Amino acid sequence: MSEKKILIVDDEPSIVLSLDYLMRKNGFRPFIARDGEEALAIAGKELPALVILDVMMPGMDGYEVCEKLKSDPLTSSIKIIFLSAKSGKEAIEKGMSVGADKYLTKPFNTRQIMQEVVNLLQ
Amino acid sequence: MVGGFIIVSLILYLALLFWIAYKIDLSKKWRKRVSGSPVIYALTLAVYCSAWTFFGSVGAASTYSIEFLTIYLGPVVAMPLLWIVYRKIIRISKAQGISSIPDFISTRYNKNSTLNKLVTILLAIGIIPYIALQITGIERGLETCISWGDKSPSDLTLFGFFDMALLVTVGLGLFLIAFSTRQLQDNSRNTGLIGAIAFESVVKLVVFIVFGIYVCYYIFSSQSEIYQLIPEEGLKLNTTNNYSQWFGMIVLSGLAFLFLPRQFEVGVFSVSNENQLKKAAWMFPLYLVLINLFVIPIAVAGNHFFSGSGMDEDTYMLALPLHHEHTWMALLVLLGGFSAASGMIIVATHAISKMFANSILIPSFIDRPFILRRFRGRHHKIPVFFRRISIFIVLLMAYFYYKLVAIEYSLISIGLVSFIAVSQFAPAILGGIFWKHGNGKGAFAGIIGGYIIWFLFLVIPTLFGGGIGEHIGFDAATIENNHGAIITTVFFWSMFVNVTLYIFISLVTKQSVLERNQAEIFVEIYRYSESVESSVVWKGKAFFPDVQSLLARFLGQQRANYELLAFTEKNNIKLDEDGELDLRVVSHVEKLLSNMIGSSSARILVSSVAKEDKISMEDVVDILEESQKLMELNKELNQTSRELKRLSEALKSTNQKLKKNDLLKDEFLYTVTHELRTPLTSIKALSELLADDDGMPDETRKEFLETILKETNRMTRLISQVLDLENFESGKHQLRISHSDINELIVYCTNTMDEIFKKKNINLSISLDDTLPVIELDYDRITQVVINLLTNASVHSDSLKGKILVETRRHNNLVVVEISDNGQGVAEGMEQAIFEKFFQADGRRLKKSKGSGLGLAISKKIIQLHEGKIWVEKSELNGAKFIFTLPFQQNNFIVA
Repeated sequence: MSEKKILIVDDEPSIVLSLDYLMRKNGFRPFIARDGEEALAIAGKELPALVILDVMMPGMDGYEVCEKLKSDPLTSSIKIIFLSAKSGKEAIEKGMSVGADKYLTKPFNTRQIMQEVVNLLQ
Repeated sequence: MVGGFIIVSLILYLALLFWIAYKIDLSKKWRKRVSGSPVIYALTLAVYCSAWTFFGSVGAASTYSIEFLTIYLGPVVAMPLLWIVYRKIIRISKAQGISSIPDFISTRYNKNSTLNKLVTILLAIGIIPYIALQITGIERGLETCISWGDKSPSDLTLFGFFDMALLVTVGLGLFLIAFSTRQLQDNSRNTGLIGAIAFESVVKLVVFIVFGIYVCYYIFSSQSEIYQLIPEEGLKLNTTNNYSQWFGMIVLSGLAFLFLPRQFEVGVFSVSNENQLKKAAWMFPLYLVLINLFVIPIAVAGNHFFSGSGMDEDTYMLALPLHHEHTWMALLVLLGGFSAASGMIIVATHAISKMFANSILIPSFIDRPFILRRFRGRHHKIPVFFRRISIFIVLLMAYFYYKLVAIEYSLISIGLVSFIAVSQFAPAILGGIFWKHGNGKGAFAGIIGGYIIWFLFLVIPTLFGGGIGEHIGFDAATIENNHGAIITTVFFWSMFVNVTLYIFISLVTKQSVLERNQAEIFVEIYRYSESVESSVVWKGKAFFPDVQSLLARFLGQQRANYELLAFTEKNNIKLDEDGELDLRVVSHVEKLLSNMIGSSSARILVSSVAKEDKISMEDVVDILEESQKLMELNKELNQTSRELKRLSEALKSTNQKLKKNDLLKDEFLYTVTHELRTPLTSIKALSELLADDDGMPDETRKEFLETILKETNRMTRLISQVLDLENFESGKHQLRISHSDINELIVYCTNTMDEIFKKKNINLSISLDDTLPVIELDYDRITQVVINLLTNASVHSDSLKGKILVETRRHNNLVVVEISDNGQGVAEGMEQAIFEKFFQADGRRLKKSKGSGLGLAISKKIIQLHEGKIWVEKSELNGAKFIFTLPFQQNNFIVA
């Protein structure tokens, strides 16, 4: 079985660094996008199993990326985890309403996020 | 030409006038259009151009050279006075319910009814011959047309019985009876009459121009052909050298233009808004230019054909087409002349009959039992009745004057005699509105004096062909031959006597109390026009039912009640149905009545229902003081309420500011925590990964640890900057001022940054002004600013060929520091926003700008504490240029 692809979308290099290492160590194949456009491009090309998506990014925000992915039949089955510093109730509700499968807040726990990824992909 | 044909044409023309006036009076829309229109106003002013203009100008031009123009130059020169004099008179008349010249003069001077009657009679004496002159003009026109080519003496009677001139007079009388008393019946202006007059002005202008074109291009082939005739036919185009005569004539016609009763009637009492005056000020002179355009060519043509034939020059206008057998053109000219004459007759008779009724007839009869009995239950018919009688009397007098006093002289001479009579009222009126000390006795003496001169030296010689005049060298023939010189001489002396008496007697006699009050109101009308209603100089007792029934007698029950209610409501007066009446109401009722029946009658009527007390000087002072006090109180109240409003607005804006501050604070806090959370997230994640270390390669571990360190630094920097900012804003941070050399500071900063510039391959150039003085500043803080700006510049300058330019210079008492880069520059519209904390004034948030987002906010704060300014522009290098200024000396800061 080939390694499952995971797309990490965040504009903060240090966060990408940790997530990238985490995914590799747990046997996934991570791809990195720094903003919404790049994320959509890579998702359409690589069709990852799951996307870890930041909300606040320059240009297109995470909600929009999520909506686009979910509305395109090609990418609609991709699981999406929001990972955001926005921890308010409204932000979480909005995240779920645009079709996310999970909403996690920063700072995150590496074990917990791994657990969620594994759960969603089973 | 056939007399019957002419008569039918005249009757048709009159019928047209009736129809126009009737239609306008009937339709509310048209009434509104006509009464507010500046064009109609300018056209009605053209009632100035009477038959005298129409036929007489050509006559004058052919005999007296171009002096005829002075009569038109006068009004043109007087045009600016329309705004200065007429506007003031209009205001006063509206405020005081004045509707005629005698009322105006007597209201100003002691409400004196003798003066009122005197002015009326003198005006009638001056004007009625002038009306007769217009009848003569019509008659001469008719005669010329009908008898053309006949050798036998002309027969100007219809069926050998009706005199045609009489017929015309009667026709115009009927028109006046129908339309000049409208105002009395339903409080509308005499709009129909005004419309008809404007129409007549259009007719006479069009006819004159058509006729001019006819003469120049139909009889002759061009104007130049006519002008070639001038030397041989001897039109005296040589202007007289007598400038004083020119000047005198211009002043005379200017005064006449302003104070002729017919001009007053259309120019003052028919105005509905003051803006009409403004447009008329250029439209009316234009009208005069147009109507004079062809006078000289026509006169020359007339001389060419008829010179030496003994033909009256005043009939050239008709003789020219008749001579060429162009009957249709002759008829057109006749109609034009008729429109000029009838317009003047209508308005002048309207004005004079109104004075006559209001000043003489009504006051004499209003409280006679037989009149009251005759009009029982319909007293409002009384003014109409007397007005109609007056119209009849005035026209009859004019007709008999025309019949009995054979008018031997040219149209223009009699017109000028009338002008001088009318101008005698100018000093009293002008003095009345501009000079507070002018009084009734002075006005009385001046008018009488001026009139005596006028009568002795112009009227008697004219009427009796000699008499007293002969002894002093003035007989009819002399007047006819030297008319210009004599007219101006008499004008000068009559005015001299008039003005001298007016001023002298006004100065040596005392004004009455009432007069002083009126003088104040007249002269300062722009100040009082609104409060004049509430300051009443009248003392006495009147009861509501009496006054109400008096008003109802003349206005009808319904309108009387309406007027009383409207006035009391507007002025907040409580009406006690059975009790004593507020004096302001009494005064207002007098004004209303005065508008209908003239001031004298109104006064008689009001004193018949009100018991008047003698008023003393103290009373007047009390009354004036009271209204003054009321006004002051009102002013104070206004002031207070304005103050309150201002305060509440200030409060509101403070509140809003506080709310906004609160919001900003929340946002700031949110952003700070969020900014802290990002490095914290990395640190936590990386630390967890390191803690779970199971066979992590050494390089990775090192990389993780370095990142953690970097993120920790980031947090530290952020926290210290937030604290900085907070301290600056709350005033905890104070500047440590020292005398420093800004150039040295810049060099220090650039040296510090040198390493970074080199690493980024940035080309730095520095241009410092050596003449800058040592200034007062906080060295560390300004260093912070400069380093911050240099860092920004290094981050944003072109990544391959970076360029930074640092410059210092002086501007007045300021040091200016400029730091430019060749990067992308600041986006348009963001020039202010970048100085805000986290650059997120309204949610615009550029996350991941390479710094903390607080650097510029802190820099701005520091510069502001130094009483300087900081801003950004586009740099010559196409990037951003940050500029800040520092004053040489600090004033307000606290030296720590």
